[in-house]
Amino acid sequence: MTTTSLTKSRGAGHTGDKVFSAAALAAGCLILVVLFGVALFLVIQAYPALVAPPDKIQGGEGFFTYIWPLVIGTLIASVIALVIATPIAIGVALFISHFAPRKLASGLGYVIDLLAAIPSVVYGAWGVAFLAKEISPAYNWLANNLGWLPIFQGPASATGKTILTAGIVLAVMVLPIITSLSREIFLQTPKLHEEAALALGATRWEMIRMTVLPFGRPGIISAVMLGLGRALGETMAVALVLSSGALTASLIQSGNQTIAAEIALNFPEASGLKVSTLIAAGLVLFVITLGVNMIARGIITRHKEFSGAN
Amino acid sequence: MTSTLTPVRKRSALTKGQLPKAAPYIVVAVALVLGAAIMALIGFNAFGWGIVSGILFAAGLVGWSLFVEGARKAKDKLATCLVVGAFLVALLPLFSVIWTVLVNGLPGLLDPGFLSTSMNGVTGAFDNKTVEEGAPLLGGIYHALMGTLLITVLATLISVPVGLLTAIYLVEYGEDRALARAITFFVDVMTGIPSIVAGLFAAAAFFALVGPGTKTGAVAAVALSVLMIPVVVRSSEEMLKIVPNELREAAYALGVRKWRTILKVVLPTAISGIASGITLAIARVIGETAPILVTAGFATTINTNVFSGWMASLPTFIYTQILNPTSPSNPDPSSQRAWGAALVLIIMVMLLNLGARLIARMFAPKTGR
Repeated sequence: MTTTSLTKSRGAGHTGDKVFSAAALAAGCLILVVLFGVALFLVIQAYPALVAPPDKIQGGEGFFTYIWPLVIGTLIASVIALVIATPIAIGVALFISHFAPRKLASGLGYVIDLLAAIPSVVYGAWGVAFLAKEISPAYNWLANNLGWLPIFQGPASATGKTILTAGIVLAVMVLPIITSLSREIFLQTPKLHEEAALALGATRWEMIRMTVLPFGRPGIISAVMLGLGRALGETMAVALVLSSGALTASLIQSGNQTIAAEIALNFPEASGLKVSTLIAAGLVLFVITLGVNMIARGIITRHKEFSGAN
Repeated sequence: MTSTLTPVRKRSALTKGQLPKAAPYIVVAVALVLGAAIMALIGFNAFGWGIVSGILFAAGLVGWSLFVEGARKAKDKLATCLVVGAFLVALLPLFSVIWTVLVNGLPGLLDPGFLSTSMNGVTGAFDNKTVEEGAPLLGGIYHALMGTLLITVLATLISVPVGLLTAIYLVEYGEDRALARAITFFVDVMTGIPSIVAGLFAAAAFFALVGPGTKTGAVAAVALSVLMIPVVVRSSEEMLKIVPNELREAAYALGVRKWRTILKVVLPTAISGIASGITLAIARVIGETAPILVTAGFATTINTNVFSGWMASLPTFIYTQILNPTSPSNPDPSSQRAWGAALVLIIMVMLLNLGARLIARMFAPKTGR
């Protein structure tokens, strides 16, 4: 009697064990399948555009002539975003990790994280309704005073809906990512290094330059790369803010376009070969961001192995 | 002057070459006054006053420090000013965005019927009437609200089991196998997928499997799941890892099976962290626009069937109302509706974030110490 019930319960438990571990394994494998599927379905649906005769593609000169300006536009917007966001983000991260009073630090970190919580479409709406209007006088000033530089060539856009405005909105959006990652790295700086620097009479800034920044350099680089990954793929802010057009060198005229915004603006009404073209554009974006993210992750993992913090 | 024997006030050698403690306050006062004077000359506005005063403050403090304390201390002061300045600059867009949404969104939100009507039948003619004759503003976001809720709930139903089971596999069964390491790596890669590519993937997959032009709420839910799963996996994994091994070993010692241990011991211990991670993941995807735009399209009518027909959602509603106003000649009613929807969306996201914080704090994981 007792033995049978024991075997029974063992049997039931054994099945449960098998089912549960199989379910966990299946879920893990599903993720690999999905990622593989992302690449596969994008390639399948993009294929017609890649092999279509050049005159069938928008612009009439083939897919690569079509995608080339978009790639450059995407890079311009992302580089603007990073140039603005990186110094500010490092400053904010240093402020939270080494300057702010201990009690306030986590609360201030949360305030910066709120920036990441605001939906991208709201940033887009803010960019077009507030920022573009407020900033267009500054563009006029740039065009009048620095117009001899190709990037500030006039006449400035009257609406302010330019790639520079889009870049500024993107900078606001990538700022919390770079901040939170660099903050984590700065907090990991070995306390003994910091205290040794201070004991030698270093001021706070000298201590940061001697210990925190050298220790955190790989972390900062990978944080910036991850921010770049986000900026490259960000859609709505650019789609709403930028009044797009052909590739131009001037940042304060309307013109230029990014891959993501091009897809969002055209996909809902697209059909036939146009769908394939846009999916192929998405594939290009996917490959670029994948490369950037993998380099960033690689730096992080290598850094983890070498750092004495863990 | 007669020479009297007044005691010579000598500064202590220890405090020599230092600014007095009140120095920053003195400089701040001088900078504010000077800033106001400069702004009065070129036309006053509060924003410019703040900027000018800030620059004057930094220059004044660093200059004074350079004069009294020397180059090293001055450099330190300059760095402090720059770092604090960076923080203040980072706060500007946050306040500006929230202020813009509040000011523009409140009139729309307070409009009667805004939350309970859809855009069905609301045409440009009605909006023209609103602007020209002062007729009440028609149309609302009920359809978009329903769409957002349905799509998000479906995405959560897909992502949570998959994400949670994957995290359980990684922590409890993975044991640093090649497969576990591959999953960890690809989850990291998935975190970096641009949201529009996730949308394109879902669209491309359904185009290939169901038929060209398939755009429904379910496709959007799949797209959002691609974005949500890695977030759920990462946060759940972190939470499961901090469950102390003693608890598992105690359960095994009592003869409890592994799956029962996980279900009855490990998960309940980590549930607060997991729940807060899931809430944050929902907050992240609820505001996604691009993947919904390419997978569910946009609709003006109420559609509560996620498996057929185009579906509206709050983010795409905002996007289309701004980009293609209902009445092209009078875009104001449309933009009022868009800002109202943006306010609703931000309130939802903030509540979810707050909820996640509360869940995490109220049921903080018991670490056994």
